[in-house]
Amino acid sequence: MNPEKTEKTSKIDLNRNDMPRQSPEIRRHNFNEVALGYTEEIAVKEAKRCLQCKKPKCKTGCPVEIDIPDFISCIVKGDFSSGIKKLKEKNCLPAVCGRVCPQEAQCESQCILANKKGEVAIGRLERFLADWEAKEGKVDIPTKAKPTGKKIAIVGSGPAGVTVAGDLILLGHEVTIFEALHKAGGVLVYGIPEFRLPKAIVAREVDYIRQLGAKVITDYVVGKTRSIDELLKEFDAVFVGTGAGLPWFMDIPGENLNGVYSANEYLTRMNLMRGYQFPMSSTPVKKHVRVAVVGGGNVAMDSARTALRMGADESRIIYRRSHAELPARLEESENAEEEGVIFNMLTLPVRYIGDENGWLKEIECLKMELGEPDASGRRRPIEIPNSNFRMEMDAVVCAIGNSPNPLVPSTTPGLQTTRRGTLVADQETGKTTKERVWAGGDIVTGAATVILAMGAGRKAARSIHEYLETGKW
Amino acid sequence: MNKIIERKMIVPNMHLLTLEAPDIASKVKPGQFVIVRANDEGERIPLSVADWDEEKGTVTIIFMEVGASTGALACLAAGDSVATCVGPLGNETEIGNFGTVMCVGGCYGIGSLYPVVKALKKAGNRVIMVFEARSNYLIYWVDKYIKLADKIFNVTRDGSLGLKGHISRLPDIINGLPNPPDRVIVNGCTFLMARTSEMTRDPSIPTVVNLNPIMIDGTGMCGVCRVTINGKMKFACVDGPEFSGHEVDWKEFLSRRKAYLEEEVLFFRRSEPKQAVHKEGKCQA
Repeated sequence: MNPEKTEKTSKIDLNRNDMPRQSPEIRRHNFNEVALGYTEEIAVKEAKRCLQCKKPKCKTGCPVEIDIPDFISCIVKGDFSSGIKKLKEKNCLPAVCGRVCPQEAQCESQCILANKKGEVAIGRLERFLADWEAKEGKVDIPTKAKPTGKKIAIVGSGPAGVTVAGDLILLGHEVTIFEALHKAGGVLVYGIPEFRLPKAIVAREVDYIRQLGAKVITDYVVGKTRSIDELLKEFDAVFVGTGAGLPWFMDIPGENLNGVYSANEYLTRMNLMRGYQFPMSSTPVKKHVRVAVVGGGNVAMDSARTALRMGADESRIIYRRSHAELPARLEESENAEEEGVIFNMLTLPVRYIGDENGWLKEIECLKMELGEPDASGRRRPIEIPNSNFRMEMDAVVCAIGNSPNPLVPSTTPGLQTTRRGTLVADQETGKTTKERVWAGGDIVTGAATVILAMGAGRKAARSIHEYLETGKW
Repeated sequence: MNKIIERKMIVPNMHLLTLEAPDIASKVKPGQFVIVRANDEGERIPLSVADWDEEKGTVTIIFMEVGASTGALACLAAGDSVATCVGPLGNETEIGNFGTVMCVGGCYGIGSLYPVVKALKKAGNRVIMVFEARSNYLIYWVDKYIKLADKIFNVTRDGSLGLKGHISRLPDIINGLPNPPDRVIVNGCTFLMARTSEMTRDPSIPTVVNLNPIMIDGTGMCGVCRVTINGKMKFACVDGPEFSGHEVDWKEFLSRRKAYLEEEVLFFRRSEPKQAVHKEGKCQA
């Protein structure tokens, strides 16, 4: 037997290194980050599990094409500073992506060890490098290309916009980001809660873009303060990344009762406006005892877990299908369950009932069962007649999704939209139906993930650069 | 950050705030609003724009000091800055030549009607003003309106000026006119807008109200400003803020406006009492 071969085989360790986390009993009472991150020791141990495949499939699973084996091999060598450099070549938001990307459906799902259920924890390693850099306090600013004199306006400072900004500024263009709210970061600051993505991290990443030289103008509503057409007079190109910001409601009786929130309102109040610090912050929040969250995605989990941290005795997820169909990441629904969120599956709210002062008191629901798979491939929920029942609740958070925000499409002649209200844009280039205007992220795809928005941003940046170089639309 | 050019108390509890905001000043139209945050810890509150000067690049707001956030604004002075002033938000007032338009204003609405009245006059309307207040000393900007309005009526609770009583005296004013107005526009507190709409329903005079619900972003993202208009859910920030007063579900609107009444009190109780001295509406603590 070849001794070298034996050694190599024995190196394959199928046990992924667990992420140290706050225990559920403790974390359900605080807003600190749940996952604590790998230590250097664990990171190196985990990195060593990577087989450094000759044809790495993980890379193909990454929407922004990060050189995954390369940055992992830097960790193995203990050369973290080269690792983060490698990572940042393709991803200007590593600390964010390491936390909120659905790696299990992307890079990690392609890992050769995934067949053995021992895929390398790529996301956790990405996060480790980003956090290491922040701890070191030395942020490496890459050299920029010679100034081109071209100006680009970016509408929205979420993941798509920030990616476009990061890419174009390195190519020597002048970049200005316009943000409607008072803090930059888009959904990363108003939507995703502190315990999953600390706001300091988002601030750090946005700061990095600023240090690269991008101008970030907050409190500026494109579509109102200035139209796209006005921007086009001043800028050579405009990128629209305004996200999915119009909450859906269910059109059932009682939805305008006090105590019924859209997830956007509930989370914005808590995150952006720091309602969780009330009354030390001046944004008022209600102290709710029983909270029900309607929906089964990540936003629903975020809302239900926020409710617990705000001191609710009872926090429930109400979802019309079963556990198997939950659109949330497994990690998030597991975290929620561990923390004590109650799951009411196969349940559909049909009516909200209020008290004499217009406050929510009860919700009336129907029981559901699963039928044949529908267009989405998931089994369709069917109402069970006469299965109505009521639950006492003092708050409901409606987390069933968002349409694209109509502010830019409705004020920009020549921008074509789809029936769903999303902008029509070329998948490969992000070009819209209006010359010199590109778009990407949720405004084009409808509500999706942070990394998909970043991938769209990357493609648009490439196309914008090409246009600025050649002048050809 | 927007610099404050002027901040003064124009009548008790009512403040005028002029901010440097050239982008907004060059864009704003009658009936629109801005969202303001006094400081970095502040809540985002929507406030109607009462005037602007495109040349100087300034925007003027009239607001009543009622809670924590308006209180913080009232403590600022010329030279200070507000953390946020964003806009112009919402749709502009529909302006046309309607004939005779009656504009009913109370509270901050006396201020926010000013650009509306200017535009109405420019479009060739006859404008009748009705000011409503608890007492005569709470009515302001009369000098500005005298130059614009064709007729001015006053209703005061204590009878110190004009008719004595509530806005429910409005039919007395309308009945005294040779012809009823072709349109009524109301700006002010919820009670004023709801009562006026009630009284113009029967003679069937088109009545426009400018709603002022709780808001966060003002761009349609959060949905907290939802109102029921003719049985349908609308967002006041992007679908409004102006609606037909006859179509608003006022009971629901009022209860949603009052959602955080208790928390407002809680906020004031969070801190140790400070020795505060007020001089001309400016907190000197």
